[in-house]
Amino acid sequence: MTAADFSTVLPEVILAIYAMLALLFGVYTGKDKAAPMLVWATAGLMLALAIWIGLSRDGDHIAFGGMFTDDAFARYAKVTILVSAAAVLALGQDYMSRRDLLRFEFPILVSLSVVGMMLMVSAGDLIALYMGLELQSLGLYVVASLRRDSVKSTEAGLKYFILGSLSSGLLLYGMSLVYGFTGTTLFAGILSTLNADIPLGLLFGLVFMLSGLAFKVSAAPFHMWTPDVYEGSPTPVTAFFSTAPKVAAMALIARVVFDAFGGITADWSQVLAALAVASMFLGSVAAIGQRDIKRLMAYSSIAHMGYAMVGLAAGTVVGVQAMLIYMAIYVTMNIGAFAFILSMEKEGRPVTTIDSLNMYVTREPMRAWAMLFLMFSLAGVPPFLGFAAKLSVLRAAVDGGMVWLALLAVIASVIGAYYYIRIVYLMFFGKENEGLDGKMGSVQWLMLMGSAAIMLLGMINLFGIEGLAATAAESLVR
Amino acid sequence: MATILLLAPLLGALICGFGWRLIGERAGQVIATALVFLSAFLSWIIFFSHDGVTEHVVLLRWIESGSLSTDWGIRLDRLTAIMLVVVNSVSALVHLYSFGYMAHDDNWTHHEHYKARFFAYLSFFTFAMLMLVTSDNLVQMFFGWECVGVASYLLIGFYYRKPSANAAAMKAFVVNRVGDFGFALGIFALFFLVDSIRLDDVFAAGPMLAETNLTFLWTEWNAANLIGVLLFIGAMGKSAQLGLHTWLPDAMEGPTPVSALIHAATMVTAGVFLVCRMSPLYEYAPDAQTMIVVVGATTAFFAATVGLVQNDIKRVIAYSTCSQLGYMFVAAGVGVYSVAMFHLFTHAFFKAMLFLGAGSVIHAMHHEQDMRNYGGLRHKIPLTFAAMLIGTLAITGVGIPLTHIGFAGFLSKDAVIESAWVGSTYAFWMLVIAAFMTSFYSWRLMFLTFFGKPRGDHHAHDHAHESPKVMLIPLGVLALGAIFSGMVWYNSFFGDEAKMRSWFGMPAAAEHQAEAGAEHGAEAVAEAPDAAEAPAVADTATEAPTVADAATEAPAEAEHHAAAPVQGALFIGPENHVIHAAHEAPVWVKVSPFVAMVLGLALAYQFYIRNPSLPGRLAANQRPLYLFFLNKWYFDELYDVVFVRSAKWLGRFLWKRGDGNVIDGTINGLALGFIPMLTRLTGRAQSGYIFHYAFAMFLGIAILITWMTLSGGAH
Repeated sequence: MTAADFSTVLPEVILAIYAMLALLFGVYTGKDKAAPMLVWATAGLMLALAIWIGLSRDGDHIAFGGMFTDDAFARYAKVTILVSAAAVLALGQDYMSRRDLLRFEFPILVSLSVVGMMLMVSAGDLIALYMGLELQSLGLYVVASLRRDSVKSTEAGLKYFILGSLSSGLLLYGMSLVYGFTGTTLFAGILSTLNADIPLGLLFGLVFMLSGLAFKVSAAPFHMWTPDVYEGSPTPVTAFFSTAPKVAAMALIARVVFDAFGGITADWSQVLAALAVASMFLGSVAAIGQRDIKRLMAYSSIAHMGYAMVGLAAGTVVGVQAMLIYMAIYVTMNIGAFAFILSMEKEGRPVTTIDSLNMYVTREPMRAWAMLFLMFSLAGVPPFLGFAAKLSVLRAAVDGGMVWLALLAVIASVIGAYYYIRIVYLMFFGKENEGLDGKMGSVQWLMLMGSAAIMLLGMINLFGIEGLAATAAESLVR
Repeated sequence: MATILLLAPLLGALICGFGWRLIGERAGQVIATALVFLSAFLSWIIFFSHDGVTEHVVLLRWIESGSLSTDWGIRLDRLTAIMLVVVNSVSALVHLYSFGYMAHDDNWTHHEHYKARFFAYLSFFTFAMLMLVTSDNLVQMFFGWECVGVASYLLIGFYYRKPSANAAAMKAFVVNRVGDFGFALGIFALFFLVDSIRLDDVFAAGPMLAETNLTFLWTEWNAANLIGVLLFIGAMGKSAQLGLHTWLPDAMEGPTPVSALIHAATMVTAGVFLVCRMSPLYEYAPDAQTMIVVVGATTAFFAATVGLVQNDIKRVIAYSTCSQLGYMFVAAGVGVYSVAMFHLFTHAFFKAMLFLGAGSVIHAMHHEQDMRNYGGLRHKIPLTFAAMLIGTLAITGVGIPLTHIGFAGFLSKDAVIESAWVGSTYAFWMLVIAAFMTSFYSWRLMFLTFFGKPRGDHHAHDHAHESPKVMLIPLGVLALGAIFSGMVWYNSFFGDEAKMRSWFGMPAAAEHQAEAGAEHGAEAVAEAPDAAEAPAVADTATEAPTVADAATEAPAEAEHHAAAPVQGALFIGPENHVIHAAHEAPVWVKVSPFVAMVLGLALAYQFYIRNPSLPGRLAANQRPLYLFFLNKWYFDELYDVVFVRSAKWLGRFLWKRGDGNVIDGTINGLALGFIPMLTRLTGRAQSGYIFHYAFAMFLGIAILITWMTLSGGAH
């Protein structure tokens, strides 16, 4: 490891070392009593790292002989991952403390998982990719079953683990095929061996790898774990699942298809388009039948991954830019929505049924209105930010010559609008019944209101992320 | 001055319409009325001081789009000046009259405020009408055209609690849409061919249009004729000519001052104004002119027959209006636009007066409108009777034959009939018969209302009272117009061609011959004295010197104006000599309308004074004919079957089948059937068993691999 290599991976190293130190600290001090402090420290560190990465690092750096890439794309993804992970940690602290769920391992596992995500988005080699992916996944498997005394939580963790192993198997199989046909695990090497006439085996490898990765972004038909795991896990963990790992996995897919398979755009673009269509429709259609808001959010995230993949399927710089914008906006919306879901409780017990939201506006008008903003934004209704997100991916698809894909996306989003607006309907025009009575923690309130405000104010210039996303996309697609 | 004149009614409408809550209803009414009086005063100044030279006042740039460049401008010439006087004078008097007429209206309860709204609508209408008549381009004219339509709609439906008023308002609006469609097509065609909608450019393009052909619908048309017909369809809608006339009688649902202002004196004459305004185009469109003559003459005849048997006092006058508009179109159609304007001008006075007089009667009789319930009212309301008598004398055309002394209608109607004799035999006979019937139904109205014994509810008769002064003063002013407007301006409009030409700012008659070419030079010289002689025959000796003057001036002026193709408010083509010929009409032609009038009077006297049982017997005898007239030639029934029912059927079909079954059915089927089914399917797939989930993954990968192998990169 040279000094240059080391300085390139410094943020990951800092976070990893922090996680180990925190583990030692937690074990040798007050164990779970130290947990709140650890949560805040972790969130603070992540935020600091995000600021550092975002503001002071620039240029392209390759480390470890091409296995690790630090470019604008990786930095954009890392900042999004770090900020959303920090936000989710802060969001869940109060909820978990009150329910005695806050183990001191939680922030540590999340940090390690985030280290894995950061490695994923910087991967320049199949092995590095796999290592980052497994590091990320192992952390997630454990936090999914954080509530050890709950059958549902354990079941969720176990299901996730088994299906995750299966997907890892698929991924590894695909990687081995790719290695076999190209003779290298480096993305740059794979790219250089591609020519117009590619062997079928390599194509098989590509499909297997994409399938394995699609599992991580919960794209249909590799989505089946998502609703069960979202429902079974404690809500803060669900919030985490639906944000940072999705960004990481989506960025990883972009990384693989452009860095390793950039020469055969037409081939992978149709796979991604198929996955996108399946996800959008399945997410929209299946969500209609849900009565539990966490399951609903699971299907919502399936559908949203579909829209993000529409941008990616276009196979252009604009497409990648649209995907990056979409993910950033999606993460912001989800943080706000989960801030609200975390506050849903009745007589001290968490409630997740949608029916409990009936006439919510009469009890908490501010929160109901904020939720209205978020739901309309998720549905993609102007003038909210979710519309800008959808518009950018649709435009990318149309510019990329995939008008049919854009049309299908629009139809799916019409179907999907139903269940978002149904929540608004229940909150504003539903039946009067005994609803929620919980108070809202100040952090959650801030996140909810902040996210709702961003949905409206962001339409002005998207807070400048357009330009950042464009730079990031250009650094990826060369 | 023109700008103030134009904007004052708008200001009044805004203040009265939106400001009355602040300043009070009464103040709003007074302000609106005062501003319209100001406009009327300025109009008369313009009317008298205008020298015939066309002026343009640009108010603002309006539409700039491609080659379409439109200013918001005022075109001030003789035609505009005449219309300004007519519109503003009648409007001002109607405003004043409405103070009395609308003071206590049974359609509203005590606490409801309706007067300010009424006055605001009236002022808005006045503004819109001024927009129309002052416009310098066709789009602006169309704007005014539509605005008067809106104002008319609002005012017909003023009693919005009455279903019949609402229906009438809608009918007026819808029937006018048909005409407006033609008008709009005409404007499009002009813009298409001339690439400008400014009136000056359009006028200059007249000769070019006459030589252009245009494909429209199924065949090729001469452009000038086609445009002329399309514009005339617009005029037919607004001026209630045969075919598009059905809305006018129903429009009498509006308050009577509205009928006087909009549906007698001003708005309905907009069509005549349009044809006269477009005279430089119609002079090159002989077929369109023929159509105008035929439609106008037929309308005059048709409306008169229907007028014979109506019992509602306002409907009689409405059909009379329709008929008189036909007269105006005949005049315009045969090419004597100045005579059309003359009749428009005099008609505005006596018809407004008849309506206001009828309003006064209705007011006196507590809103009873059926003439069969009147009778013997001349003692109760003597001043109204006097006014109505003057109006009737004017409309029937009472005067001393072969002189130029008589009521307004005598001079203008005779001028129309003499011109018609030159232009078309059909029109001439139609108009003479119509004049006979006009006399009959007008006197019938007088006799039924004011003579004989009181009929109907005796309470109404006992309480009949003369109207207040604010209603009688306008009647008095209009009576002056009805008596004198014909005699005073006879020469300017018709009697003296040279004077008429200079009054309208047109080059003198001889010029056209001079222009026509050297080989016609001799004829021109020969004709110039003719032109001077022609009026001299008809005129009294006192006017001879002026004619002689004009004749000597004519050649001199011809040199001056040789270059300008279209000048002045009207345009009379070089081949158009109708006006001289009309002056030379034989004596029997000149006397015929008078004879028709006397016969009509005599017959009405016989029917309604001497032997009041006669009409009933005749109606029983000639029942089919009576019913035919009474039901207005079954136009409404015919339209109901042909257009209304079929449109409703189509609408219902599209609604029930197209919208209900196909569109709603598809959407409902998708949203309530198909999508929920999919939702249930996915719900069942989500079984919770890991092996199901794993199976779905493998299935997915198998499908992807197969698809890629078959379609994608498999080489």
